[in-house]
Amino acid sequence: MQVQTLSSGIQSAVQNSSSRRAWLRTTGSLSAVAIAMLGGKEALAQGMSADPSKDVGILNVALGLEHEAINAYQLGAGSGLLQKPVLDIAVSFQGHHKGHRDALIATIKKLGGNPVMEKTLDEYAKALNAGALKNQGDVLSLAAKLEMGAINAYLGVIPAFASKDLAQIAGRLAADETMHWTILTNALGRSLPTGALSFGG
Amino acid sequence: MAVYEAKCSGCHSVDSNRIGPRHAGGVGRRIGGVQDFAYSAALQKSGQSGKVWTRALLTSWLTDPEALIAGQSMGFRLGSEQERSDVVAYLATLR
Repeated sequence: MQVQTLSSGIQSAVQNSSSRRAWLRTTGSLSAVAIAMLGGKEALAQGMSADPSKDVGILNVALGLEHEAINAYQLGAGSGLLQKPVLDIAVSFQGHHKGHRDALIATIKKLGGNPVMEKTLDEYAKALNAGALKNQGDVLSLAAKLEMGAINAYLGVIPAFASKDLAQIAGRLAADETMHWTILTNALGRSLPTGALSFGG
Repeated sequence: MAVYEAKCSGCHSVDSNRIGPRHAGGVGRRIGGVQDFAYSAALQKSGQSGKVWTRALLTSWLTDPEALIAGQSMGFRLGSEQERSDVVAYLATLR
């Protein structure tokens, strides 16, 4: 797969990501990230349905997605196949997924659930067929595929949430993944969707 | 294939267990029947009856998994009837 020269838009995204990392550093701990992610909604648990275990179950599936995304980017970053500034973008996106993970773990615990555990890097490598990655385009293509899947997964679970607050969080997670997918698609030189409402459904 | 890639591949692969179980051989397989996948208790219980995944059952599942098997783990719903049909048709090709 041919990877086009990175556009100025991607360079800008690198700078924005750096700003975001700087902001994350200044705001401190991961729990602070989680609280910011959830919009400071300490009363989230009080807004739950009579059976919050269903929402916890959905959140745990989301957490599984985030564990996988973090490890996918780790595999990409550690493959030696990514060149700067693409490598920086990958690490930045991995940071976003770590923020998602921490927010989800905090929310699941707040709701009385048990967060699903991360698997080993080798297990993710096997499941994602990482051995087939031969160049930067392969890595970006895998990342774009996973991000697209995550977008649609998050949009697809929104109707299932009993809590509107959690549905909103799913929307915010989908927005982050859409940003990732758009930049990856640009880097791969692929066309953007021609029609409206191409995500979800 | 395109709909499957876009809507299912976030959690599923054809040959590997990921967030969800692998899909190869899914149509005709017993519910909860992938041996090395950790299903929810609801899926395990449902599969104990010997019920298998048919095209019709998969269509219902994609419409609203929780309505089909309460307590299962997949919150995802595929709202488009055409996309459900496309996905089920693709799943039926996976052996």
